[in-house]
Amino acid sequence: MGDPATVGAARAALADRVIRVNVIRKTFGASVVLDRVVFDINPGETVAILGPSGIGKSTLLRIVAGIDTAYEGEVERPAALAIVFQEPTLLPWRSALRNLTLVHPGLSDDDARAMLGKVGLGDKAGLFPRQLSLGQQRRLALARAFAGAPELLIMDEPFTSLDPATAEAMLSLTERLIAEVRPATLFVTHARSEADRLADRILELRGAPATLAPHLIRNGASS
Amino acid sequence: MTDKRTVTALSLFGLLLLWFAAAALTADPQILPSPAALVQPFLREAASGELPYHLSQTLIRVAWAFCLAMALGIALGLLMGRSERVDRWLDPWLVVFLNLPALVLIVLCYLWIGLNEVAAIVAVTLNKVPNVATVVREGARALDPQLDAMARVYRMGRLTRLVHVTLPQLAPFIAASARSGVAVIWKIVLVVEFLGRSSGVGFKIHMFFQLFDVAMVLVYALSFIAVMLAVEWAILQPWERRVRRWRTA
Repeated sequence: MGDPATVGAARAALADRVIRVNVIRKTFGASVVLDRVVFDINPGETVAILGPSGIGKSTLLRIVAGIDTAYEGEVERPAALAIVFQEPTLLPWRSALRNLTLVHPGLSDDDARAMLGKVGLGDKAGLFPRQLSLGQQRRLALARAFAGAPELLIMDEPFTSLDPATAEAMLSLTERLIAEVRPATLFVTHARSEADRLADRILELRGAPATLAPHLIRNGASS
Repeated sequence: MTDKRTVTALSLFGLLLLWFAAAALTADPQILPSPAALVQPFLREAASGELPYHLSQTLIRVAWAFCLAMALGIALGLLMGRSERVDRWLDPWLVVFLNLPALVLIVLCYLWIGLNEVAAIVAVTLNKVPNVATVVREGARALDPQLDAMARVYRMGRLTRLVHVTLPQLAPFIAASARSGVAVIWKIVLVVEFLGRSSGVGFKIHMFFQLFDVAMVLVYALSFIAVMLAVEWAILQPWERRVRRWRTA
């Protein structure tokens, strides 16, 4: 959960760890999608990966998350991992509260309610995901991700398909939760404004096969 | 809802009227007794304790065979739907068992295992497992890969994943095979009892068939239909409503 003592302990355990990504090659059949994508993420750091649609951003995230294991290379990742998909990917047959407590069995109902309160769903604990709007479902997915105080948070374009006001509210909420829990965060987006807003460091995927651009964008300036 | 119930009641009443008319036209109670002629034999058989005893024997066999067939069929269907390799190996078996006549399986079970309760239940179970596996396999092939990925990333336990991620997705397929399963299983149980048991509705029907007592055959058959309808209304339908609650909430 996000209480200071727990988060502090999680951060201390992470202090000397780094997430290391070394994808030498990823292919789909004969086509090479990713080629030598190598980067680290420091504890508490937020890294955004920019790139046009279809370039392989989501593939890279699936590799980092351990969902896709068919690639050349290696990824060092912590055990406490959380992911926010493009779609909320909730259990539609379980209540909002159970969506949190089933995924994090150590989480008490009270802590789960508190987490729901933090994302503005305090009064929706008993509702099924289908009874929530898309924006609320996205917030529930965010609550699920942060409820386990992850060491690494992975987000795959979490603000797409939302109207501007809802997207802005989601961005603010994500910003606040990252500042509170301080996980190492890797997220992909094709919106530069989202990357500028959340990321400490921005990497760019380009080319075919996709590789990281040699320049690094930090705080809106190239270096 | 009320409209649906009214139509159901009227439809059943129409069937009853048809039966009365057919009995009147036949004019031979030994061939087709009228519904009214069944009341006395029914009351007599119920009061003697014979009817409840044989109904319960059949119901117990149906329950055993149903639970075993559903458990094995779901496990097999899930395995085959999730693994292409397992599916390639077991699909020919499934086709063979789907096309094996129920009667052959029953006779073989009695010959190999003996004229006992185990053989009866195994025979019925083996008859139904391929159907359940076929339906559940389709459900397993349609499982949402994103939910799988989510469960893997969050390291959900195997049991939690099965109960809260996989089975709810299979629920419509399980419900469909359960409903058709109950209907088919009790009919096969009657054949099994007819051929080799000394209790149950099938046994009694066999007995009254030899006595050419159509009224008693109908009393036992209709009584068990009533029991199975009660199972459908009291257990299956409420369960189905419960697992579908999230869709209609």
